[in-house]
Amino acid sequence: MSENIFITEETAAGDDDGPLADKTVAVKDNISTEGIRTTCGSAMLDEYVPPYDATVVERLKDAGADVAGKANMDEFGMGTTTETSAFGPTDNPAAPGHVPGGSSGGSAAAVAAGEADLALGSDTGGSVRCPAAFCGVVGIKPTYGLVSRYGLVAYANSLEQIGPLAPTVEEAAELLDAISGPDPNDATTREEGADTDYAAAADGDVDGLEIGVPTELLDGADDGVVEQFWSAIDELEAQGASYHEVSLPSVEHAVEAYYVIAMSEASSNLARFDGVRYGHSGGFEGNWNEAFSKARREGFGDEVKRRILLGTYALSAGYHDKYYKKAQDARAWVKQDFDEALADADVLASPTMPIPPFELGESLDDPLKMYLADANTTPVNLADLPAISVPAGETDGLPVGLQLIGPAFGEETIVRAASALDQG
Amino acid sequence: MSDTPAGPEDVRHVAELARVDLDDDTVDEFAAQFADILDYFETLDEVPEVDREADLVNVMRPDEEHEGLTQEEALQNAEETEDGYFKGPNVS
Repeated sequence: MSENIFITEETAAGDDDGPLADKTVAVKDNISTEGIRTTCGSAMLDEYVPPYDATVVERLKDAGADVAGKANMDEFGMGTTTETSAFGPTDNPAAPGHVPGGSSGGSAAAVAAGEADLALGSDTGGSVRCPAAFCGVVGIKPTYGLVSRYGLVAYANSLEQIGPLAPTVEEAAELLDAISGPDPNDATTREEGADTDYAAAADGDVDGLEIGVPTELLDGADDGVVEQFWSAIDELEAQGASYHEVSLPSVEHAVEAYYVIAMSEASSNLARFDGVRYGHSGGFEGNWNEAFSKARREGFGDEVKRRILLGTYALSAGYHDKYYKKAQDARAWVKQDFDEALADADVLASPTMPIPPFELGESLDDPLKMYLADANTTPVNLADLPAISVPAGETDGLPVGLQLIGPAFGEETIVRAASALDQG
Repeated sequence: MSDTPAGPEDVRHVAELARVDLDDDTVDEFAAQFADILDYFETLDEVPEVDREADLVNVMRPDEEHEGLTQEEALQNAEETEDGYFKGPNVS
Protein backbone atom coordinates (compact mmCIF):
# COMPACT_ATOMS: atom_id res chain seq x y z
CA MET A 1 0.00 0.00 0.00
CA SER A 2 3.04 2.26 0.18
CA GLU A 3 2.53 3.09 -3.48
CA ASN A 4 -0.54 5.29 -2.75
CA ILE A 5 -2.61 3.47 -5.36
CA PHE A 6 -6.10 4.10 -3.98
CA ILE A 7 -7.67 7.34 -2.83
CA THR A 8 -10.60 5.42 -1.32
CA GLU A 9 -10.40 1.72 -0.53
CA GLU A 10 -14.11 1.18 -0.06
CA THR A 11 -15.38 -1.72 -2.17
CA ALA A 12 -18.68 -2.53 -3.89
CA ALA A 13 -19.87 -6.02 -4.70
CA GLY A 14 -21.17 -6.97 -8.13
CA ASP A 15 -23.61 -9.70 -9.14
CA ASP A 16 -22.87 -13.30 -8.17
CA ASP A 17 -22.27 -14.53 -11.67
CA GLY A 18 -21.35 -13.16 -15.08
CA PRO A 19 -18.34 -13.06 -17.38
CA LEU A 20 -16.30 -11.12 -14.79
CA ALA A 21 -17.44 -13.08 -11.71
CA ASP A 22 -14.89 -12.92 -8.87
CA LYS A 23 -12.77 -10.29 -10.67
CA THR A 24 -11.87 -7.13 -8.80
CA VAL A 25 -11.69 -3.84 -10.68
CA ALA A 26 -9.92 -0.65 -9.55
CA VAL A 27 -11.99 2.31 -10.77
CA LYS A 28 -10.36 5.65 -11.59
CA ASP A 29 -11.61 8.27 -9.17
CA ASN A 30 -13.26 10.42 -11.86
CA ILE A 31 -15.81 7.67 -12.55
CA SER A 32 -18.92 8.01 -10.36
CA THR A 33 -19.66 5.27 -7.85
CA GLU A 34 -22.94 5.41 -5.93
CA GLY A 35 -22.32 5.92 -2.23
CA ILE A 36 -18.52 5.87 -2.63
CA ARG A 37 -16.55 9.12 -2.55
CA THR A 38 -15.42 10.26 -6.00
CA THR A 39 -12.78 12.98 -5.75
CA CYS A 40 -11.19 13.28 -9.21
CA GLY A 41 -7.91 13.60 -7.30
CA SER A 42 -9.01 17.08 -6.24
CA ALA A 43 -9.48 18.90 -2.95
CA MET A 44 -12.50 20.46 -4.67
CA LEU A 45 -14.35 17.12 -4.46
CA ASP A 46 -12.73 15.83 -1.27
CA GLU A 47 -16.10 14.96 0.28
CA TYR A 48 -18.22 14.40 -2.81
CA VAL A 49 -20.29 11.19 -2.76
CA PRO A 50 -22.23 10.59 -6.00
CA PRO A 51 -25.87 9.53 -5.66
CA TYR A 52 -25.60 7.31 -8.77
CA ASP A 53 -23.28 4.90 -10.60
CA ALA A 54 -21.62 5.68 -13.92
CA THR A 55 -22.92 3.41 -16.70
CA VAL A 56 -19.58 1.56 -16.84
CA VAL A 57 -19.78 0.82 -13.10
CA GLU A 58 -23.33 -0.53 -13.46
CA ARG A 59 -22.09 -2.74 -16.29
CA LEU A 60 -19.11 -3.98 -14.27
CA LYS A 61 -21.41 -5.03 -11.45
CA ASP A 62 -23.86 -6.64 -13.89
CA ALA A 63 -20.94 -8.64 -15.30
CA GLY A 64 -20.17 -9.95 -11.80
CA ALA A 65 -17.11 -7.85 -11.01
CA ASP A 66 -16.45 -6.17 -7.65
CA VAL A 67 -15.16 -2.61 -7.33
CA ALA A 68 -11.79 -2.86 -5.53
CA GLY A 69 -11.50 0.83 -4.68
CA LYS A 70 -11.11 4.27 -6.26
CA ALA A 71 -7.73 4.70 -7.91
CA ASN A 72 -5.45 7.72 -7.65
CA MET A 73 -5.15 10.02 -10.64
CA ASP A 74 -3.91 13.38 -11.82
CA GLU A 75 -6.35 16.02 -10.66
CA PHE A 76 -9.35 15.99 -13.03
CA GLY A 77 -7.29 13.86 -15.45
CA MET A 78 -4.80 16.66 -16.07
CA GLY A 79 -1.29 15.25 -16.12
CA THR A 80 1.01 12.60 -17.50
CA THR A 81 2.48 11.41 -14.20
CA THR A 82 -0.20 11.10 -11.45
CA GLU A 83 1.75 13.67 -9.45
CA THR A 84 -0.87 16.44 -9.63
CA SER A 85 -3.30 14.52 -7.39
CA ALA A 86 -4.32 16.42 -4.26
CA PHE A 87 -3.82 13.09 -2.47
CA GLY A 88 -0.12 12.78 -3.33
CA PRO A 89 1.73 10.97 -6.12
CA THR A 90 1.51 7.24 -6.81
CA ASP A 91 4.75 5.27 -7.01
CA ASN A 92 5.29 2.90 -9.96
CA PRO A 93 5.19 -0.74 -8.76
CA ALA A 94 7.06 -1.83 -11.91
CA ALA A 95 9.78 0.82 -11.49
CA PRO A 96 9.90 2.15 -7.91
CA GLY A 97 10.97 5.78 -7.62
CA HIS A 98 9.45 6.55 -11.01
CA VAL A 99 6.04 7.90 -11.94
CA PRO A 100 3.35 5.39 -12.95
CA GLY A 101 2.34 7.69 -15.83
CA GLY A 102 -0.90 9.55 -15.93
CA SER A 103 -3.49 10.47 -15.58
CA SER A 104 -4.84 6.97 -14.78
CA GLY A 105 -1.67 6.11 -12.83
CA GLY A 106 -3.43 4.60 -9.82
CA SER A 107 -5.45 2.30 -12.09
CA ALA A 108 -2.36 0.98 -13.91
CA ALA A 109 -0.42 0.67 -10.64
CA ALA A 110 -3.29 -1.32 -9.07
CA VAL A 111 -3.01 -3.89 -11.86
CA ALA A 112 0.81 -3.91 -11.86
CA ALA A 113 0.94 -4.41 -8.08
CA GLY A 114 -1.80 -7.07 -8.10
CA GLU A 115 -4.06 -4.90 -5.90
CA ALA A 116 -6.85 -5.48 -8.44
CA ASP A 117 -7.33 -7.97 -11.29
CA LEU A 118 -8.40 -5.25 -13.71
CA ALA A 119 -8.86 -1.48 -13.77
CA LEU A 120 -10.75 1.29 -15.50
CA GLY A 121 -9.07 4.51 -16.54
CA SER A 122 -10.04 7.38 -18.81
CA ASP A 123 -8.02 8.47 -21.84
CA THR A 124 -8.28 12.07 -23.06
CA GLY A 125 -4.85 12.39 -24.66
CA GLY A 126 -3.25 9.09 -23.67
CA SER A 127 -4.24 8.73 -20.03
CA VAL A 128 -4.88 4.96 -20.22
CA ARG A 129 -2.05 4.09 -22.64
CA CYS A 130 0.65 6.16 -20.92
CA PRO A 131 0.31 4.54 -17.47
CA ALA A 132 -0.13 1.12 -19.11
CA ALA A 133 3.22 1.62 -20.88
CA PHE A 134 4.97 3.00 -17.78
CA CYS A 135 3.65 0.22 -15.49
CA GLY A 136 4.15 -2.69 -17.91
CA VAL A 137 0.46 -3.58 -18.32
CA VAL A 138 -2.08 -3.52 -21.18
CA GLY A 139 -4.37 -0.53 -21.77
CA ILE A 140 -6.99 0.17 -24.44
CA LYS A 141 -8.31 3.55 -25.58
CA PRO A 142 -11.59 2.67 -27.34
CA THR A 143 -12.99 4.34 -30.46
CA TYR A 144 -14.86 7.52 -29.51
CA GLY A 145 -18.48 6.54 -28.86
CA LEU A 146 -17.85 2.86 -28.05
CA VAL A 147 -18.07 3.32 -24.28
CA SER A 148 -20.56 5.47 -22.39
CA ARG A 149 -19.19 8.56 -20.62
CA TYR A 150 -22.29 8.89 -18.43
CA GLY A 151 -21.02 9.37 -14.90
CA LEU A 152 -17.46 10.22 -15.97
CA VAL A 153 -16.65 13.65 -14.55
CA ALA A 154 -16.01 15.62 -17.73
CA TYR A 155 -12.60 17.07 -18.59
CA ALA A 156 -12.68 17.29 -22.41
CA ASN A 157 -15.82 15.60 -23.74
CA SER A 158 -14.94 15.47 -27.41
CA LEU A 159 -11.70 13.57 -26.72
CA GLU A 160 -12.13 11.33 -23.70
CA GLN A 161 -13.12 7.67 -23.47
CA ILE A 162 -13.15 5.28 -20.53
CA GLY A 163 -10.84 2.32 -21.19
CA PRO A 164 -9.70 -0.94 -19.57
CA LEU A 165 -6.31 -1.83 -18.03
CA ALA A 166 -5.28 -5.45 -17.40
CA PRO A 167 -2.27 -7.76 -17.10
CA THR A 168 -3.00 -9.35 -20.51
CA VAL A 169 -4.58 -8.32 -23.82
CA GLU A 170 -7.31 -10.92 -23.47
CA GLU A 171 -8.34 -9.70 -20.01
CA ALA A 172 -8.37 -6.07 -21.18
CA ALA A 173 -10.59 -7.14 -24.09
CA GLU A 174 -12.95 -9.00 -21.71
CA LEU A 175 -13.36 -5.86 -19.63
CA LEU A 176 -13.97 -3.81 -22.78
CA ASP A 177 -16.67 -6.31 -23.83
CA ALA A 178 -18.38 -5.74 -20.48
CA ILE A 179 -18.44 -1.93 -20.64
CA SER A 180 -18.93 -1.14 -24.35
CA GLY A 181 -22.20 -0.51 -26.13
CA PRO A 182 -24.91 2.09 -26.60
CA ASP A 183 -26.34 3.92 -23.59
CA PRO A 184 -29.49 6.03 -23.63
CA ASN A 185 -27.78 8.32 -21.09
CA ASP A 186 -24.93 9.21 -23.51
CA ALA A 187 -26.06 10.32 -26.95
CA THR A 188 -22.51 10.05 -28.31
CA THR A 189 -22.48 6.25 -27.88
CA ARG A 190 -22.88 4.11 -30.99
CA GLU A 191 -24.45 0.76 -31.87
CA GLU A 192 -21.09 -0.78 -32.79
CA GLY A 193 -20.29 -1.64 -29.18
CA ALA A 194 -23.34 -3.87 -28.68
CA ASP A 195 -22.79 -7.64 -28.41
CA THR A 196 -19.03 -7.54 -28.91
CA ASP A 197 -16.61 -10.40 -28.34
CA TYR A 198 -13.24 -8.67 -28.40
CA ALA A 199 -11.79 -11.29 -26.05
CA ALA A 200 -12.23 -13.94 -28.76
CA ALA A 201 -10.06 -11.80 -31.07
CA ALA A 202 -7.07 -12.26 -28.74
CA ASP A 203 -5.94 -15.32 -30.65
CA GLY A 204 -2.43 -14.13 -31.55
CA ASP A 205 -3.01 -14.62 -35.29
CA VAL A 206 -1.09 -11.90 -37.14
CA ASP A 207 -0.42 -13.86 -40.32
CA GLY A 208 -0.85 -11.41 -43.23
CA LEU A 209 -1.24 -8.35 -40.94
CA GLU A 210 0.08 -5.16 -42.57
CA ILE A 211 1.61 -2.66 -40.13
CA GLY A 212 2.24 1.00 -40.98
CA VAL A 213 5.00 2.70 -39.00
CA PRO A 214 4.61 6.51 -38.91
CA THR A 215 8.18 7.80 -39.03
CA GLU A 216 7.23 11.02 -37.21
CA LEU A 217 6.32 9.03 -34.10
CA LEU A 218 9.84 7.58 -33.87
CA ASP A 219 11.62 10.90 -34.37
CA GLY A 220 12.93 12.22 -31.11
CA ALA A 221 12.12 9.06 -29.14
CA ASP A 222 14.62 7.74 -26.63
CA ASP A 223 17.13 5.27 -28.20
CA GLY A 224 16.33 2.47 -25.76
CA VAL A 225 12.61 2.88 -26.47
CA VAL A 226 13.19 2.77 -30.25
CA GLU A 227 15.28 -0.39 -29.88
CA GLN A 228 12.47 -2.15 -28.00
CA PHE A 229 9.96 -0.88 -30.55
CA TRP A 230 11.83 -2.48 -33.47
CA SER A 231 12.33 -5.75 -31.65
CA ALA A 232 8.53 -5.91 -31.11
CA ILE A 233 8.00 -5.27 -34.84
CA ASP A 234 10.59 -8.03 -35.60
CA GLU A 235 8.61 -10.41 -33.42
CA LEU A 236 5.36 -9.59 -35.24
CA GLU A 237 7.18 -10.09 -38.58
CA ALA A 238 8.44 -13.48 -37.39
CA GLN A 239 4.79 -14.41 -36.81
CA GLY A 240 3.73 -13.51 -40.35
CA ALA A 241 3.05 -9.75 -40.23
CA SER A 242 4.80 -7.26 -42.51
CA TYR A 243 5.43 -3.55 -42.14
CA HIS A 244 6.07 -0.43 -44.17
CA GLU A 245 6.95 3.12 -43.16
CA VAL A 246 4.38 5.89 -43.60
CA SER A 247 4.50 9.64 -43.15
CA LEU A 248 1.85 11.52 -41.18
CA PRO A 249 2.90 15.18 -41.48
CA SER A 250 -0.08 16.39 -39.43
CA VAL A 251 1.01 14.66 -36.22
CA GLU A 252 3.73 17.29 -35.78
CA HIS A 253 0.91 19.61 -34.71
CA ALA A 254 -1.17 17.13 -32.74
CA VAL A 255 0.15 17.96 -29.29
CA GLU A 256 -0.55 21.68 -29.52
CA ALA A 257 -3.96 21.06 -31.13
CA TYR A 258 -4.79 18.56 -28.39
CA TYR A 259 -3.86 20.92 -25.58
CA VAL A 260 -5.73 23.89 -27.07
CA ILE A 261 -8.90 21.81 -27.52
CA ALA A 262 -8.63 19.98 -24.18
CA MET A 263 -7.91 23.15 -22.21
CA SER A 264 -10.74 25.01 -23.94
CA GLU A 265 -13.22 22.26 -23.14
CA ALA A 266 -11.83 22.03 -19.58
CA SER A 267 -12.33 25.76 -19.00
CA SER A 268 -15.99 25.27 -19.80
CA ASN A 269 -16.51 21.92 -18.04
CA LEU A 270 -14.85 22.99 -14.80
CA ALA A 271 -17.00 26.11 -14.55
CA ARG A 272 -19.55 23.95 -12.72
CA PHE A 273 -17.32 23.70 -9.65
CA ASP A 274 -18.56 26.65 -7.63
CA GLY A 275 -19.04 24.91 -4.29
CA VAL A 276 -22.77 25.59 -4.22
CA ARG A 277 -24.39 22.30 -5.30
CA TYR A 278 -21.43 20.07 -4.45
CA GLY A 279 -17.74 20.41 -3.76
CA HIS A 280 -15.65 22.75 -1.67
CA SER A 281 -17.29 26.12 -0.96
CA GLY A 282 -14.99 27.49 1.74
CA GLY A 283 -17.92 29.50 3.11
CA PHE A 284 -16.47 32.78 1.87
CA GLU A 285 -18.15 36.14 2.32
CA GLY A 286 -18.69 38.50 -0.58
CA ASN A 287 -20.77 38.40 -3.72
CA TRP A 288 -21.18 35.38 -5.99
CA ASN A 289 -18.08 36.04 -8.11
CA GLU A 290 -15.80 36.74 -5.15
CA ALA A 291 -16.93 33.72 -3.15
CA PHE A 292 -16.76 31.53 -6.24
CA SER A 293 -13.20 32.70 -7.14
CA LYS A 294 -11.91 32.07 -3.62
CA ALA A 295 -13.48 28.60 -3.43
CA ARG A 296 -11.82 27.71 -6.75
CA ARG A 297 -8.47 29.10 -5.60
CA GLU A 298 -8.57 26.75 -2.61
CA GLY A 299 -10.11 23.77 -4.35
CA PHE A 300 -8.04 23.51 -7.53
CA GLY A 301 -4.36 22.60 -7.80
CA ASP A 302 -1.89 24.47 -10.03
CA GLU A 303 -2.14 22.22 -13.11
CA VAL A 304 -5.93 22.55 -13.14
CA LYS A 305 -5.73 26.35 -12.74
CA ARG A 306 -3.11 26.49 -15.48
CA ARG A 307 -5.34 24.61 -17.93
CA ILE A 308 -8.54 26.49 -17.05
CA LEU A 309 -6.73 29.79 -17.57
CA LEU A 310 -5.01 28.78 -20.81
CA GLY A 311 -8.34 27.43 -22.11
CA THR A 312 -10.11 30.65 -21.16
CA TYR A 313 -7.35 32.59 -22.93
CA ALA A 314 -7.61 30.45 -26.09
CA LEU A 315 -11.37 31.03 -26.27
CA SER A 316 -11.33 34.72 -25.34
CA ALA A 317 -12.20 37.50 -27.76
CA GLY A 318 -9.48 38.05 -30.32
CA TYR A 319 -7.76 34.70 -29.80
CA HIS A 320 -10.46 32.22 -30.79
CA ASP A 321 -9.47 32.12 -34.48
CA LYS A 322 -5.78 32.08 -33.67
CA TYR A 323 -5.85 29.08 -31.34
CA TYR A 324 -9.15 27.18 -31.19
CA LYS A 325 -10.11 27.38 -34.87
CA LYS A 326 -6.58 26.45 -35.95
CA ALA A 327 -6.60 23.53 -33.52
CA GLN A 328 -9.83 22.27 -35.10
CA ASP A 329 -8.16 22.50 -38.53
CA ALA A 330 -5.25 20.47 -37.18
CA ARG A 331 -7.70 17.93 -35.78
CA ALA A 332 -9.36 17.50 -39.20
CA TRP A 333 -5.92 17.18 -40.81
CA VAL A 334 -4.86 14.49 -38.34
CA LYS A 335 -8.06 12.53 -39.05
CA GLN A 336 -7.46 12.77 -42.78
CA ASP A 337 -3.83 11.61 -42.43
CA PHE A 338 -4.82 8.61 -40.32
CA ASP A 339 -7.61 7.63 -42.73
CA GLU A 340 -5.15 7.65 -45.63
CA ALA A 341 -2.50 5.68 -43.72
CA LEU A 342 -5.05 3.11 -42.57
CA ALA A 343 -6.23 2.59 -46.16
CA ASP A 344 -2.91 0.78 -46.78
CA ALA A 345 -2.38 -0.81 -43.37
CA ASP A 346 -4.41 -2.83 -40.87
CA VAL A 347 -2.81 -1.10 -37.91
CA LEU A 348 -0.28 1.67 -37.26
CA ALA A 349 2.49 1.04 -34.73
CA SER A 350 4.61 3.36 -32.59
CA PRO A 351 6.17 3.48 -29.15
CA THR A 352 3.34 4.39 -26.73
CA MET A 353 5.57 6.92 -24.94
CA PRO A 354 8.72 8.33 -26.55
CA ILE A 355 10.49 8.12 -23.20
CA PRO A 356 10.76 5.70 -20.26
CA PRO A 357 8.98 6.71 -17.00
CA PHE A 358 10.14 10.02 -15.47
CA GLU A 359 11.62 9.94 -12.01
CA LEU A 360 9.14 11.15 -9.39
CA GLY A 361 9.28 14.97 -9.26
CA GLU A 362 11.29 15.32 -12.46
CA SER A 363 8.73 17.07 -14.68
CA LEU A 364 6.59 18.98 -12.19
CA ASP A 365 8.19 22.39 -12.68
CA ASP A 366 8.17 22.30 -16.46
CA PRO A 367 4.63 21.83 -17.79
CA LEU A 368 5.68 22.15 -21.44
CA LYS A 369 8.11 19.25 -21.05
CA MET A 370 5.29 17.12 -19.66
CA TYR A 371 2.94 18.14 -22.47
CA LEU A 372 5.48 17.15 -25.14
CA ALA A 373 5.69 13.61 -23.73
CA ASP A 374 2.17 13.08 -25.11
CA ALA A 375 3.29 13.34 -28.76
CA ASN A 376 2.45 9.74 -29.72
CA THR A 377 -0.85 9.32 -27.90
CA THR A 378 -2.73 12.61 -28.51
CA PRO A 379 -3.14 12.19 -32.32
CA VAL A 380 -5.30 9.10 -31.69
CA ASN A 381 -7.77 11.04 -29.52
CA LEU A 382 -7.96 13.84 -32.09
CA ALA A 383 -8.81 11.24 -34.75
CA ASP A 384 -11.36 9.41 -32.49
CA LEU A 385 -9.59 6.08 -33.21
CA PRO A 386 -8.95 3.01 -31.02
CA ALA A 387 -5.45 2.17 -29.78
CA ILE A 388 -3.87 -0.34 -27.44
CA SER A 389 -0.65 -0.20 -25.43
CA VAL A 390 1.00 -3.59 -24.86
CA PRO A 391 4.26 -4.22 -22.96
CA ALA A 392 7.32 -4.40 -25.24
CA GLY A 393 10.25 -5.15 -22.96
CA GLU A 394 12.35 -2.76 -20.91
CA THR A 395 15.10 -0.22 -21.31
CA ASP A 396 17.47 0.16 -18.34
CA GLY A 397 14.98 -1.80 -16.24
CA LEU A 398 12.10 0.55 -17.12
CA PRO A 399 8.96 -0.65 -18.97
CA VAL A 400 8.40 0.23 -22.63
CA GLY A 401 5.00 0.07 -24.35
CA LEU A 402 4.11 -0.58 -27.98
CA GLN A 403 1.08 1.30 -29.31
CA LEU A 404 -1.10 -0.22 -32.04
CA ILE A 405 -3.69 2.09 -33.63
CA GLY A 406 -6.66 0.76 -35.61
CA PRO A 407 -9.44 2.17 -37.81
CA ALA A 408 -12.64 3.40 -36.13
CA PHE A 409 -14.36 0.47 -34.38
CA GLY A 410 -11.40 -1.75 -35.35
CA GLU A 411 -10.92 -2.95 -31.75
CA GLU A 412 -10.77 -6.59 -32.86
CA THR A 413 -7.81 -5.88 -35.12
CA ILE A 414 -5.73 -4.12 -32.48
CA VAL A 415 -6.61 -6.76 -29.87
CA ARG A 416 -5.57 -9.55 -32.26
CA ALA A 417 -2.31 -7.82 -33.21
CA ALA A 418 -1.39 -6.97 -29.61
CA SER A 419 -2.18 -10.50 -28.41
CA ALA A 420 0.65 -11.82 -30.60
CA LEU A 421 3.03 -10.03 -28.22
CA ASP A 422 1.32 -11.12 -25.03
CA GLN A 423 3.47 -12.72 -22.36
CA GLY A 424 0.54 -14.79 -21.06
CA MET B 1 6.76 34.67 -31.54
CA SER B 2 3.61 36.20 -30.13
CA ASP B 3 2.84 39.78 -31.01
CA THR B 4 2.19 40.41 -27.35
CA PRO B 5 3.54 37.73 -25.04
CA ALA B 6 1.22 36.96 -22.15
CA GLY B 7 2.17 39.09 -19.15
CA PRO B 8 0.94 39.22 -15.56
CA GLU B 9 -1.93 41.52 -16.61
CA ASP B 10 -3.19 38.97 -19.14
CA VAL B 11 -3.01 36.24 -16.53
CA ARG B 12 -4.97 38.39 -14.07
CA HIS B 13 -7.55 39.17 -16.75
CA VAL B 14 -8.24 35.53 -17.71
CA ALA B 15 -8.19 34.51 -14.04
CA GLU B 16 -10.97 37.02 -13.46
CA LEU B 17 -12.94 35.74 -16.46
CA ALA B 18 -12.50 32.16 -15.23
CA ARG B 19 -13.36 33.06 -11.62
CA VAL B 20 -10.10 31.74 -10.19
CA ASP B 21 -8.51 33.97 -7.57
CA LEU B 22 -4.68 33.86 -7.78
CA ASP B 23 -1.97 35.06 -5.45
CA ASP B 24 0.78 37.29 -6.85
CA ASP B 25 3.46 34.58 -6.91
CA THR B 26 1.21 32.29 -8.95
CA VAL B 27 0.44 35.14 -11.36
CA ASP B 28 4.16 35.64 -12.02
CA GLU B 29 4.85 31.93 -12.33
CA PHE B 30 1.95 31.43 -14.75
CA ALA B 31 2.96 34.47 -16.83
CA ALA B 32 6.41 32.95 -17.42
CA GLN B 33 4.97 29.51 -18.23
CA PHE B 34 2.19 30.89 -20.44
CA ALA B 35 4.74 32.74 -22.57
CA ASP B 36 6.47 29.41 -23.35
CA ILE B 37 3.29 27.44 -23.84
CA LEU B 38 1.51 30.04 -25.99
CA ASP B 39 4.66 30.46 -28.05
CA TYR B 40 4.52 26.72 -28.70
CA PHE B 41 0.80 26.90 -29.58
CA GLU B 42 1.72 29.51 -32.21
CA THR B 43 3.10 26.71 -34.40
CA LEU B 44 -0.57 26.00 -35.21
CA ASP B 45 -0.15 28.87 -37.68
CA GLU B 46 1.58 26.36 -39.97
CA VAL B 47 -1.57 24.21 -40.15
CA PRO B 48 -3.33 24.46 -43.53
CA GLU B 49 -7.10 24.96 -43.70
CA VAL B 50 -8.63 21.53 -43.94
CA ASP B 51 -12.07 20.57 -45.19
CA ARG B 52 -13.93 18.79 -42.45
CA GLU B 53 -15.90 15.84 -43.70
CA ALA B 54 -18.13 15.90 -40.70
CA ASP B 55 -20.66 13.12 -40.93
CA LEU B 56 -22.87 14.27 -38.12
CA VAL B 57 -26.38 13.20 -37.23
CA ASN B 58 -28.62 14.42 -34.47
CA VAL B 59 -29.44 11.79 -31.90
CA MET B 60 -32.98 12.34 -30.67
CA ARG B 61 -35.16 10.52 -28.22
CA PRO B 62 -38.77 11.05 -27.22
CA ASP B 63 -39.17 13.68 -24.52
CA GLU B 64 -40.50 11.41 -21.82
CA GLU B 65 -40.42 11.66 -18.07
CA HIS B 66 -37.87 9.47 -16.32
CA GLU B 67 -37.02 8.75 -12.73
CA GLY B 68 -34.44 11.26 -11.54
CA LEU B 69 -32.63 12.01 -8.33
CA THR B 70 -34.82 12.74 -5.34
CA GLN B 71 -34.60 16.24 -3.92
CA GLU B 72 -32.76 14.79 -0.94
CA GLU B 73 -30.19 13.06 -3.17
CA ALA B 74 -29.68 16.19 -5.25
CA LEU B 75 -29.01 18.24 -2.12
CA GLN B 76 -26.89 15.71 -0.24
CA ASN B 77 -23.53 17.15 -1.39
CA ALA B 78 -24.34 20.82 -0.90
CA GLU B 79 -22.55 22.55 1.97
CA GLU B 80 -25.48 24.89 2.55
CA THR B 81 -29.16 24.34 1.88
CA GLU B 82 -32.31 26.08 3.05
CA ASP B 83 -35.91 24.84 2.85
CA GLY B 84 -34.97 22.16 0.32
CA TYR B 85 -33.01 24.54 -1.92
CA PHE B 86 -29.32 25.12 -2.61
CA LYS B 87 -28.06 28.19 -0.83
CA GLY B 88 -25.47 30.26 -2.70
CA PRO B 89 -23.64 33.52 -2.02
CA ASN B 90 -25.23 36.89 -2.77
CA VAL B 91 -25.55 37.57 -6.47
CA SER B 92 -24.42 41.19 -6.22
